[in-house]
Formats: sequence, C-alpha cells, structure tokens
Amino acid sequence: MFMLQVKDLGKEYSIGPNKVTALQGINLAVEQGEYIAVMGPSGSGKSTFMNILGCLDRPTQGHYWLAGKDVGARNDDELAIIRNQYIGFIFQSFNLLPRLNALENVALPLIYRGLPAGERIRRAREALEAVGLHERIHHLPSELSGGQQQRVAIARALAGNPLLILADEPTGNLDSRSGAEVMNIFSKLNGEGITIILVTHDEQIARQTKRVIRFKDGIMQSDERTGQPNPLHTQLSGGVVNL
Amino acid sequence: MNFLEVLKMAFAAMRGNKLRSLLTALGIIFGVGAVIAMISIGQGASKDVSDRISSMGSNMIIVSPLRGTRLSLDDARELLDRVPSVTHAMPYVSFSATVKWSNQTHDTSIQGVTEDYTVIRSAGISSGRLFTRDEVSNRELVAVVGQTVIKELFSGKSPLGEKVMIKGKSFLVVGVLAAKGSSMGRDSDDTILIPVTTAQRITGSTQVNSIYLKAASADKAALAVAHITSILNQKFKRENTVRVTSQDELLETINTTARTFTIMLGAIAGISLLVGGIGIMNIMLVSVTERTREIGIRKALGAKRKNIMWQFLVESVFLSVAGGLLGVLFGIGVSRAVSYLAKWTTVISLSAVFISFLFALAVGLFFGVYPAYKAANLDPIVALRHE
Repeated sequence: MFMLQVKDLGKEYSIGPNKVTALQGINLAVEQGEYIAVMGPSGSGKSTFMNILGCLDRPTQGHYWLAGKDVGARNDDELAIIRNQYIGFIFQSFNLLPRLNALENVALPLIYRGLPAGERIRRAREALEAVGLHERIHHLPSELSGGQQQRVAIARALAGNPLLILADEPTGNLDSRSGAEVMNIFSKLNGEGITIILVTHDEQIARQTKRVIRFKDGIMQSDERTGQPNPLHTQLSGGVVNL
Repeated sequence: MNFLEVLKMAFAAMRGNKLRSLLTALGIIFGVGAVIAMISIGQGASKDVSDRISSMGSNMIIVSPLRGTRLSLDDARELLDRVPSVTHAMPYVSFSATVKWSNQTHDTSIQGVTEDYTVIRSAGISSGRLFTRDEVSNRELVAVVGQTVIKELFSGKSPLGEKVMIKGKSFLVVGVLAAKGSSMGRDSDDTILIPVTTAQRITGSTQVNSIYLKAASADKAALAVAHITSILNQKFKRENTVRVTSQDELLETINTTARTFTIMLGAIAGISLLVGGIGIMNIMLVSVTERTREIGIRKALGAKRKNIMWQFLVESVFLSVAGGLLGVLFGIGVSRAVSYLAKWTTVISLSAVFISFLFALAVGLFFGVYPAYKAANLDPIVALRHE
C-alpha cells in the first residue's frame, strides 16, 4: 500500500464565467520514506498540487488517498484534523507566530490536537533539540536568524510526528549556508524514514532528493527517480486519528 | 483544545496590544459606568423624595382645594367629626414673610397650624412647647421657630421668651422645633409655626391652604380618602372640588415617576454601552484583518473553525468583561463623587451593577460573533498568502 496516492487528480477554478484548469490528470504514488522535489515554473500548478496534498484545498476531479483513506472530499474540519495529525508544513516565509517564542510556536499544533500542556512542552523540546535549537527555545522569532526561524518551523512540523512533511521552497528565503543547514536536516529526517515532498526552483536542491517531479501547465511532465526510499527507523505515532 | 488554552490566547493577544485593548474597553467602561452612575443618581433622588414624604408624618392625608374651592376651619372640624377613620385634622395656612428680631431680619416661611402639628407631621419640639388649643382658638401671638431661623435670626442663642416681628405683629416665641434637616435643596428647618387662626387674621382671609389629617392606621387611609372626597363633593355639590392625597398614594406616584426617570437615565446610558459594543466589533474586525496570516497559519496547523471562532469570540468577551469590571468601579466612583461633591443622595443598587455587567458581557458576545465568524471562515490558502 502506498502512503499517498493520487489518481486522475484535477483542479478547476471559476473566475467569473471562465473556468481555469490549474491541474489536470495527475497520477502519483508515494511510498513511505521517499524524498521528492516538485519543480516547475510559476503557474505550472505545483502550488495547487501541494495545497491539495496538504489538505488545504480539495481536488475538483479524481481521488486522493492518504494512508489508504480517501481524503479528497472531506469537510473543512475533517481536513483540519488530517493536517494536524498527518502533515507537517514548512513554508518559504517560515510563518511563525511573532508573539510566541520558539517553544510555543513548536507546541502550537499540539494545542489543536488537545494534548495536555506537559506533553506539548516535552514534544516541542524534543523537536527543537532534533533541529539543534535547544538553546534558543525561549527566543521570539524576531530574535532568531532566518535559518534558525526555518529550523523552528521544521521543529513545529516534526513535533506532531507527521506521516508527511510538505515544504514549500524551504530555502527560498535563506542564504546558502542556512539553506544547506536546512537541507542537511531534511536529509537526516529522510534518513530516519520520514517522507518529505518539497517544492523548489533550485536544481541544486532538487539533486539532493531522490525523486524529481516536474509540472508544466497543470500537467505532470516528468517523474524521475534518483534514489531509493528510506525505510522507517523511528516509530511514528502519527496515526492517532482514524481517517 | 480546552477553554483555559483559549483564555490564555485571548489574554496574550490583549497584552500584545495594550493601548488598543484599553481604548476598546474604554467604550464599555464608560457605558457600564454611566449606567451604574445614572441609576444610582435616579434611585438616590427617588429615595430622597420618599424619605422626605415619610418624614412629613405617618398615615397623613392632605386635602387641597381645586378650582376655586374655599376650604375653611369648619371643614377641618367637620371632617374630623364625620370621618371615623381619621384621628386628627389640622387646617393649614402658609405664607412667606420677613421676620425681625432686634436689628436682625430673615425671610422664612410662616406656617399657620394647630396644636396637632407634632402628631400629624411627626415633628418634635426640642425646647419650650407647642401652642395650646386655647392659644389657637384665641388667636394668640405665639410662635414656634425652626433651627435655621434660630441660626439666622438669633445667631444661635435660645429664642425662648423673645419677641419677633411678623407682618407688623409681635409674636412671643414659646418653643423650638427639632431639626428635620433638608432634602432636595429645601430646608425643613427654615420655618416658623404660628396658630392657624392668627395666620388667617394676618392674611385677612377665612380660607385655609389645605387640611392635614391623620388616619388611624395605614390600612384605613385609603378608606378615609374616599370618605373625605365624597363628603366634600357633597358639600360643594360638584365633582373634583378637592384633591385628597394620602401619603401612600403620594409615595406611590413619586416612586412611579422616579422609576420612569431612572429607567430613562439608564436607557440613555445603555445606548453608550451599545456604542461601546460597536467599538469592540470595529476593533475585532480590524484585528481579524490584521491577523489574517496568523489565522491562516493556525488553520494550516490544524485549527478547526470552532477553534478560531472561540479564539476571537473569547477575545471580544474578554475585552467587554474587563471593560465591564472597570466600568463597575468607575460607575461606583462617579456615584460616590456626585454624592460627595453635589451632596446628592445616590443609591448604588446591586441589581444595576449586575445587570449592566451582564449587558456588557452580552454586548461583547453579540458584537464579537460576526468578527469571529469571519475569522473562522477564512480560507487557509488565501489567509496564508495575505501580507
């Protein structure tokens, strides 16, 4: 069984009387432990694809199975639960809450999971340690460098033990050294068997992954494998909720 | 996600925007404060008038002539004879005059009364005596003076045995009235009592201004009022010859008026509370727009609609409750200040405090729903893209 599978996936938007096709006929199967780069020019449909994979958006055609369950046509709150339990997001602009310190930012998704405070703090500390930020847990995002902020965001994605990490140009706002640090963390996480899908414009970055998917005009143009998926080393406790 | 978590979030948001939170709550602070202060002033005025009427004497009935009816001393006597539920009747004449003693003068009100004055008006004599029945029937020139007159005319010295000049006649002071104090700007102690017969002679009239009666008990007062009315209507052979008011009726009327007045004041103040609520809604809408990205992030991380809804709703209720609490203190402060500075009676009622506080809470809830709903329904993708 694939961890993630989409079949004939499509997305249309209505802008006034016109219909715009953002995605069309996408078929993809992802196994546990894969490390995938999604590439394509802007407007190619890769953002729409990532939004659907991240359960922020619904497809208008086709099916999307996550962990064997069809999640294509769920209501907003069901999608919120899936995002919370199964998916870790990493954004280009970090998207940390400015008034919360690193620890509170990392613990934030766990609040919505309903975990008690002690458990949240414990998990958030662990996640921050995993990205090497255990000394800065009480700093506000504004007191951290871009690279450090992105590591906090990675910790936030990790804290919930997700099935899948979705990263939207995670190094796009970083200098090359911080970018390399982030990519090292991703490699390490993938080495532990965590599935990562990232969007990038940078061939250099794409080369570090094990599979590259290219989009153009809403269609998947190519899908090339450059490495084997990593088996799962750490037991993830993501599947708390029955999808 | 439990309620404590939501409260913490709301508190953190308040703290992050201290000035704005204070200004927003200010609308509610003034609203609640105004309601409490206005109602306390209204109820204070009502209490003042009630106390004043109660201090006029118990079970008292007042007969006042209407439309040219001429009441006389005989009418008072007749009412006392014919109405069994009445124990005392006192004809009453009043006018104002300049009173002289030695080289001092003082303008005061002269009340022509009888020996029943103390019983009917629940008044006391602090020294000396009230005039006797004989003195009243003989039109003697005797007077009983109030405390203010002693202060103004006799410079505080005992006036007993002194002679004062009223309208060119020399009166012997035989007694001093016990202090009653003043209310609503009228000094009850600024008065001189003389026999009603003497007063009639001075004014050159056989009429009386009104007749004061005392009913045997509060229960019998209403019966007495009906009886008196019918006797006088028969006597003058027409309707509406006199207005007969018992003290209870008077209290009732004034309380009703005061209640209307209080409700009106409270309602006007309530409008400012409503305006405060609109202020909350305004700021919450701004806040939702400002924090669109935050909402997007929270949603992406798994916040459900109701989580976001609660977060914003609790924030606005938090503002209104904090404003409400401060408003209660503010209202009590204003009410105290008014009673201290303007010497008005104010009554802070617990129900006004509770109702205005609950109203503030309701306002926060009501005006918080729309912004919270708006926040909860944001599309996470659009919200995340928001700058």
